[in-house]
Parts: sequence; structure tokens; C-alpha cells
Amino acid sequence: MVETLQNLYLGFSVALTPSVLFYAFAGCVIGTLVGMLPGVGPLAGISLLLPATFGLNATNAIVLLAGIYYGAMYGGSTTSILMRIPGEAASVMTCIDGYEMTKKGRAGPALAIAAVGSYIAGTLSVLALMFLAPPLAAFALRFGPPEYFALLVLGLLVLAYMSSGSMPKALAMAALGLLLGMIGIDTMTGFFRFHYGLVELGDGIGVVPVAVGLFGISEILLTAGLPTPPAVHKPRLRELLPSRQEWRDSAAPIGRGTVLGFLIGIIPGSAHIISSFVSYALERRLSKHPERFGHGAVEGVAGPESANNSAASGAFVPMLALGVPSGPIPAVMLAAMMVHGISPGPLLIQQQPELFWGFIASMYVGNVVLLILNLPLVGLFVNLLRIPYPFLYPAILAFCVLGVYAVNQSVVDVWIMAATGALGYLLRKFDFETAPIVLGLVLAPMLEMSLRQSLAMSGGNYAIFVTRPIAATMLFVGVALLLLSLRPLLTRGADWRRSVGLEDKRALGEENP
Amino acid sequence: MLTRDRVAGSILVLLAVVTAWETRRLPLGTLHNPGPGYMPLLLALILGLLGALVVLRGGGSPPLRALRWSEAGHAVAILAGCAFAAVALEQLGYRLTVIVLLAFLLGVMERKRPAVVAAVALGLSFGSFFLFSNLLRVPLPRGPWGL
Repeated sequence: MVETLQNLYLGFSVALTPSVLFYAFAGCVIGTLVGMLPGVGPLAGISLLLPATFGLNATNAIVLLAGIYYGAMYGGSTTSILMRIPGEAASVMTCIDGYEMTKKGRAGPALAIAAVGSYIAGTLSVLALMFLAPPLAAFALRFGPPEYFALLVLGLLVLAYMSSGSMPKALAMAALGLLLGMIGIDTMTGFFRFHYGLVELGDGIGVVPVAVGLFGISEILLTAGLPTPPAVHKPRLRELLPSRQEWRDSAAPIGRGTVLGFLIGIIPGSAHIISSFVSYALERRLSKHPERFGHGAVEGVAGPESANNSAASGAFVPMLALGVPSGPIPAVMLAAMMVHGISPGPLLIQQQPELFWGFIASMYVGNVVLLILNLPLVGLFVNLLRIPYPFLYPAILAFCVLGVYAVNQSVVDVWIMAATGALGYLLRKFDFETAPIVLGLVLAPMLEMSLRQSLAMSGGNYAIFVTRPIAATMLFVGVALLLLSLRPLLTRGADWRRSVGLEDKRALGEENP
Repeated sequence: MLTRDRVAGSILVLLAVVTAWETRRLPLGTLHNPGPGYMPLLLALILGLLGALVVLRGGGSPPLRALRWSEAGHAVAILAGCAFAAVALEQLGYRLTVIVLLAFLLGVMERKRPAVVAAVALGLSFGSFFLFSNLLRVPLPRGPWGL
């Protein structure tokens, strides 16, 4: 405890230096904008701004990118509440009751509850991250290749299980991502796989062009030809204050959303998006008046908004402590850290305490900045939504080209972005999720390496995965999940997805992580 | 009946077959000592299996004809814009490429007034170049006349 406080003091001494403070603030502002703009989710936003961080030192770069991530979680709620358009996928559930509140003239309180809930959840989950990551990292020092292999397999299975659609489709997408990750030079033998004469593919397919293509470009392709969105309601400052009853109704959902979101965010493989769905379902189930949900219940805003912010911090636990991303966004963050010469994993906290604790402290600072940004300045940000989409999407497209090219100075990456954009467009038309592709792509080299290293360790004996207790436990959990998901397939019964109201999400349209 | 999932699943199976065929050039190794072709082949088999499962379970998904393609024309034009950017970026430089791309999307696709198109295209291309290249030191390609 004392040691943690000392470390936190070290962290704040880093986070409160003017440059780190500036980048935390800049990240939060950019993140809020990214979260609000339909078509630029946090994933595409982080990917696009990655080249802009190349000139920064590692701490500033990571603080900036993390600010964009949790800023987008805050910003996404604004468009959901005011326009019924989720700026990013985790805000889909906020659309339902948030927009109903707007129609009833309670847009201000909905925004205020979302911002306060996000602040509380964000701050408490950073506290949990602070206490959980170091012991987890110490535990992970015992991990060898078999444990990492089991963890990665478990991560992919959990992601598929937690996905909103069908599990075979999600797993197929993960397999597709893993296959894309096979392109390039095999690190163990030096064999150049699937290059088709393109030397640029030597390092494999980059995660940035794929992420921007699958999320940014495909969103533009799907929405550019559609009719213009509805008019924007602009709340005044004095309308923001919730009533006493609204505060009272929101307190427990914020608390539950925080705990739930953190736990879901921490699971390797699960997406932060799901936390808001589970939180919404939980609040609806616990409510004495479930019929109010869907008609402007403030709990339906407070719970999911808290959960998605909490999950955003929770997702950093496996990334920082184990070096294993828990979803596509941490996967891009991981790639960004590697660009800056940092290898996240069990040794990060020991070897670079200023970076780790500075990052933690900057998250506390970021949450305060976001609360200030999202309450009094919401009217200012809303003006951005008045830009007509026919002007917005060409600008976003130009930034996509810029961002993707700038990572490696390679036009091959621009081609990959265009191709994966077309792929993402078709996949979403056919009701496939694209997040597992990005995760598969990032995990592929780790998965293959850990499998081959494990077999080299055991002299080719596959029993190594079941004779080591940690690896065996993780594989057992993965197989159990697989069997659980097969049950509704065999019995034709409803599985958990239906019970948490994921059909509501379908009714709201496509997702956009 | 041709349903959405049956078509998508069949394409996945086809992709798996093509990938498995492509791995023939790679040394497979053995089960106990996998070579560079082992994992791609294994993944292709898994993808094929999952694709088949999607086909088998796809009877209840919406019919293919129910898919609406009203935005497809726009989508193809935007993809053509991306392809142009990929070809032109290192030939024309960042600024000229973005000017042409924006002029096409705003002027031709969205039918905005020429003065507006010119203002947005010039402002955005030069503005973003200044921000990223001059201020953030991100190297961006230059074309003829140093543009």
C-alpha cells in the first residue's frame, strides 16, 4: 500500500509536468471529437494519430493516445443522447434512453449524468488498475510460452463468446485475422510467406491500415450515401443540472456499472462494447420499473456510460501487465508502444516505473479534464455535429490516407486500407463483426511463436499444454466457453446474448468500435 | 434459398480452400516440429470448418435479395478515390493528391458549388500539410514544384 502510494507520487510528478499535462489535455479534446464524430471511432482515431506521436517521447505519446481512447468513451455519449447516433459502438445502449430523455426535454441532465458517471467510473477503475496491474505482472513472470499460448487462445475464444453476433461467425473472423497475420517473414525460419512479389509485406500487414480500413473507411462507405442525420438539439448550460430524483436513481447504476465494466474490460479478448450491453441488461433486470427502460430511464444512461468508461481502463490491465491486448483498441495501443521502443509486459512496471506510473496518474488527470470538457463545453462541441456529412466524410477520408501513409511512408499501406475498407463494408453488410480480425492480426505472431516455442520446449509433445497448471486452466476455461456457446446451437434455445438485450443493438443498426 | 449467411459462409470456405492451396509452397514441417506452412494450413482448415458451420446454420438468416445496396454507387466512388490516392500520393505529392480527391468527392459526388469545393480542398490540403509536416514533423510526400 505504502509502496503503491510512493509509486503514485512518482506518477503524479511525471503527469503534472507541463508537457505531459498538455498531451493529456490534447488527447482528451481530440478523443472527445473522435467519439462524437460518426465514422471515426476511437480505434480509427488512435490509428490515425499514431504518426503524429512519432516525434514525441514515449510517455507523452502513450498519454496522448490513452487520452484519445477514454476521451472517445466520453464523447461518444453526446451524439447518442442528442441525435440517437452512437459516435462509437460502446455508446449504442445510451442511444435508447438517452435520446428518449432528449425528446422529453431532459437532454442536459442525461449529458450531465453520463459525464459524472463516466468520471466516477473512470477514476475508480484507474484506482483498481493501479492495485491490480503490478501483482498481475509479478504473477505473469511465471508465464512461459505454453501459458502465453493458452492465454491467447482463451482471449480469442472469449472475444468470440462475448461478441454480439453468432460465435462461429466471430471465430471465423478471428481465424481470418490470424491468417492475415501469417503474411510476412516467419521469424523462426526466415521464410517469406504470401508475399506475391511485394517486399513491403516483409514485416507483415500493419495493424493501422487494417484498423482504419475496417472501421474508418467501411463506416464512410456505409453511411456516405445515406440521407442526412436528424437535427441537433443544443442544450444550454443551465439545463444541465439533473433533478434530485435523477441523481438518486443514477447512484447505484453508476456504482454497478463501474464494477461490471472493469471486470469485463479486464478479460483478455472481450471488447469494451459488451460492458455497456451487460450493464443495461442488469439495470433493466434490477429495476422496480423495467417498463421505463426504452422511454427515458436515467438508469439506462448512467449504468452503460459508467461501464464503458470503466472497461476502457480495465482493458489496460492485461495490456500493461501481460503485454496481451484485450481488444482491438489496446492492440493498436500495444503497437504504438512498440513503435516507441516499449515492450509492454510483466517487466514494464519494474523497468520503466516513470512511464507506467506517469501513465496511471495521467489517467486521473485526464478524467478531471474530461469532466470539465464535457459539462460546460458540451454546447461548443455540439457545433461540430452541425457540419453536414457530405463535407465531413471527404475530410475524414483525406485524414485516413494521411495517417495510414505516414506510419511507414508506404503506399502499399494505403492499398491495404482501401482493400480492408471494402472488405469491412461487405462484412458489415453480411452482419459479420470486424473487431476479431484486428485482434487476430495482432495476436497471430505471438500465437504462432508461443506454439512453436512450446513444442520446441517439450520436444514436440502437445501434453505440455495440459500438464502445466496455469496453461491447462486457461485452456479448460476456453473449451468450457466453446461448449457453452454450442449448447444453444444444439438445443435451439436462447443464449445469454438475447437475455441481455443485444437484439436492441441490432435494431439500432451497425456497430462502430 | 440463397440466404446472407449461406453466401458469406460459402465465400469463407472458398477462401479457406484457396489459402490451403497457397500453403503448398511452404515447408509444413511435422506435427511435432511445425514449419512455416503449418500454422497457415491449420488456420485455413479452421476457417473452412467455421465457414461450413455458417453455411449449415445459415438457413434462417435474411435472404440475399433483402440486402439493400442503395449506397453502393457512392461506396465504389469513394473506393476509387482511395485507389487514386494510393497511386498518386508519391507521384503528385500529398497536397495535390488531397486537392484532387476532395474536388472529386465534394464537386462530383456531392455536387457542391465550385467556390466551396475550392475553398475546402485548398484549405484542408494545405492546412493538414502544415499541421502534420511542419508542426508535427511527419514526413509527407511532395510532388512537382515542391508541392
